[in-house]
Amino acid sequence: MNKSTLFSTIVLSVFISSCGGNSTKTTETQATDQTEASSPDTYDPKRGQGKFTAESIALTDKLDDTKAKAGESVAAVKCTSCHKTTDEKLVGPGWKGVTTRRAPEWIMNFITNPDPMIDKDPEVQALLELCLVRMPNQNLADEEARNILEYMRKNDGLK
Amino acid sequence: MKNKSIMVALAAIAITTALQSCKPKDSSNAVSGDAASKVYVAPGKYDEIYNFVSGGFSGQMSCYGIPSGRLLRVIPVFSVDPEKGWGYSEETKPMLNTSHGFIPWDDLHHVQLSKTNGEADGRWVFGNANNTPRVARIDLRTFRTAEIIELPNSGGNHSSPFITENTEYVVAGTRFSIPPDDVNGDVPIDSYKQNFKGTLSFISVGKEDGKMDIAFQIQCPGVNFDLSRAGKGVSHGWFFFSCYNTEQANTLLEVNASQKDKDFVMAVNWKKAEEYLKAGKGRKQAVRYAHNVYNEKTHSATSEIRTEVTVLDSKVLKDICYFIPCPKSPHGCDVNPSGEYIVASGKLASVIPVFSFDKIIKAIAAKSFDGEFEGIPVIKYESALYGEVKKPGLGPLHTEFDDKGNAYTSMFVSSEVVKWNVKDLKVVDRAPTFYSIGHLCVVGGDTKKPYGKYLIAYNKITKDRYLPTGPELSQSAQLFDISGDKMKLLLDFPTIGEPHYAQAILADVIKKNSLKMFKIEENNNPYVTKGEKEAKVVREGNKVHVYMTAIRSHLTPDNIEGIKMGDEVYFHVTNLEQDWDVPHGFAIKGASNAELLIMPGETCTLKWTPDRVGISPMYCTDFCSALHQEMTGYIRVSPAGSSVPISFGTGKTPAAPVK
Repeated sequence: MNKSTLFSTIVLSVFISSCGGNSTKTTETQATDQTEASSPDTYDPKRGQGKFTAESIALTDKLDDTKAKAGESVAAVKCTSCHKTTDEKLVGPGWKGVTTRRAPEWIMNFITNPDPMIDKDPEVQALLELCLVRMPNQNLADEEARNILEYMRKNDGLK
Repeated sequence: MKNKSIMVALAAIAITTALQSCKPKDSSNAVSGDAASKVYVAPGKYDEIYNFVSGGFSGQMSCYGIPSGRLLRVIPVFSVDPEKGWGYSEETKPMLNTSHGFIPWDDLHHVQLSKTNGEADGRWVFGNANNTPRVARIDLRTFRTAEIIELPNSGGNHSSPFITENTEYVVAGTRFSIPPDDVNGDVPIDSYKQNFKGTLSFISVGKEDGKMDIAFQIQCPGVNFDLSRAGKGVSHGWFFFSCYNTEQANTLLEVNASQKDKDFVMAVNWKKAEEYLKAGKGRKQAVRYAHNVYNEKTHSATSEIRTEVTVLDSKVLKDICYFIPCPKSPHGCDVNPSGEYIVASGKLASVIPVFSFDKIIKAIAAKSFDGEFEGIPVIKYESALYGEVKKPGLGPLHTEFDDKGNAYTSMFVSSEVVKWNVKDLKVVDRAPTFYSIGHLCVVGGDTKKPYGKYLIAYNKITKDRYLPTGPELSQSAQLFDISGDKMKLLLDFPTIGEPHYAQAILADVIKKNSLKMFKIEENNNPYVTKGEKEAKVVREGNKVHVYMTAIRSHLTPDNIEGIKMGDEVYFHVTNLEQDWDVPHGFAIKGASNAELLIMPGETCTLKWTPDRVGISPMYCTDFCSALHQEMTGYIRVSPAGSSVPISFGTGKTPAAPVK
């Protein structure tokens, strides 16, 4: 990253955090939506922050195609305006390979509880510098989030 | 020389003193030292109270936080509002339909919060259209107008929209008497006494859904019905209306309607009216009135013209209506928390009469009447009177109540609020207002359990209260602390339009129910686009429907070709966001109508008729993200008869399908 890009990234980041009262909104969301208290020191970058754990999801290595199909239709309304299923970036990063890059509990926490994770997760913050749009909270129900995860796994080739 | 200069100095002092003493009271003295801390709401903190304020001639209703006086929202009701697309989007246009057609601007005077057991329940707030008579219901989950009903047989819907203690009825009394809608109204104006009638409308309100329906109307003699209040507690089942112009004048009312020493308060036994209605004593009358409903699931409004109303005749059905003499051109007609006392304020009177409900009932039983007016019994003044507040001030208008047995009456002419005790009718305090107070509002001040604490004065004249802004000034409200023995002025704050009546309610009752967004799954708008895969452009003859989505930060489709001169283009824009406070806007160059503002999960439609060949840009008007400036697109307009086919899209490469 050369100096001028670094500079503009910083300027833009400051701009993002100062515009539209995003920071107060984040606080509000944290206060109402956060299911567990977690300070930046205790943030677990593998699991993310939210209600899901590896145990609670209890994945098997076989695809549940019913879930995946349901996930695909939810994604069509709430996700694919911004995410392609290839590795190409649209507004946000493409989904190809996401299930190998991130733990399933991280994915489910992020898509149901994005605001605190955007503020804390170092990798998400790096992505924000690229994408410049905070991933919106699309108010996914738990089941919808689980179905989207299955759709992502299918997209990554799980049978 | 020395003497002369001393004389000049003395004269100057004398003149200054004289000038100062001419001022009624110096406003700077009216504010006490700790006022600032009492109205300070720190950044990020909430106000304690919602204050719903009529927007007067703006036709809207506004919502303020108290004690800060901060404007929280202007709720569009009876006038178009470009900020919110109200009356501009195809979905909201039907809300402003009437039997006269589309009306873009009316005059909203009074607000009433819905009640359960005589207390504000925070579900709905009602407002009246004073000019073309209508009543609106605003849903306090969304702070949007959900329903508007027009009132037949009415002119100048002023004594409205007052509510019974369980919101059984919203009442609307006509200010102008007119010939009924089903007779030939082509009569000489000076035939007022023979041909003009006053009408009281009783609008029923659905217990669960709030749906309004004109249950019945009561036809009354031709007078001017000014204001009204429902009885409560002991007087539940009755309604009280102030009437002026009992002279039945039709010209120069300023003089001709101010002749008599006493006009009337009309007491209406609406439970009795219900019985007559059930017994089939009503007459079906052919009328035309609009009933408009906004459906939150289809995100669109429908307007239906209704053609019948049931009318009860107060002359024939003897024991519904009674007149009570009241000095002189009564305006406010307010009922205390227990429901026992009815306070009527004669605008031109030097006393405030307080009537006793118990005495009214006894007078009716004993037929303690002073003859009839137009076939309706007139109760003897003394038989209904509890007592008079003597020398209250000049020009009494409206009265609200606190939790300690006190009443507060606004005095227009002497420009003050007068606090008096309801039991002994003694004046206990006065506070000047700046200037010429009209309505006033105590938190919960018309309920069975007033909260007290604050009183807000709504003033008719602003003059020098704020930095001057040319001939037209914002309106002026003033906040008083009424928790102690003496009223204390805390704050001035500007309001939109002319604030007539207002109501205030503890924020906790409303804020917990406030909706954050519309669920996209529940969007049943016929033109919804649920996801970008469904985005499309469909030609139907010369009508082109664009099914468009908006999400941070692009429109889909954002390139559209194949539009031709002579087309009507409908942009049905669905906001796919599902988070709080992420609206998107939509504007296109040359739109002679307006723009859109679309809430998360909602669909709104803008009609656009291109007027020239070429490229028209379109964009999102609400700063939504760092890439908001990128949320744009183009439309190509070709000449009529062009062979350019319809085509559309966003981005070059379609997403690869998953197998």
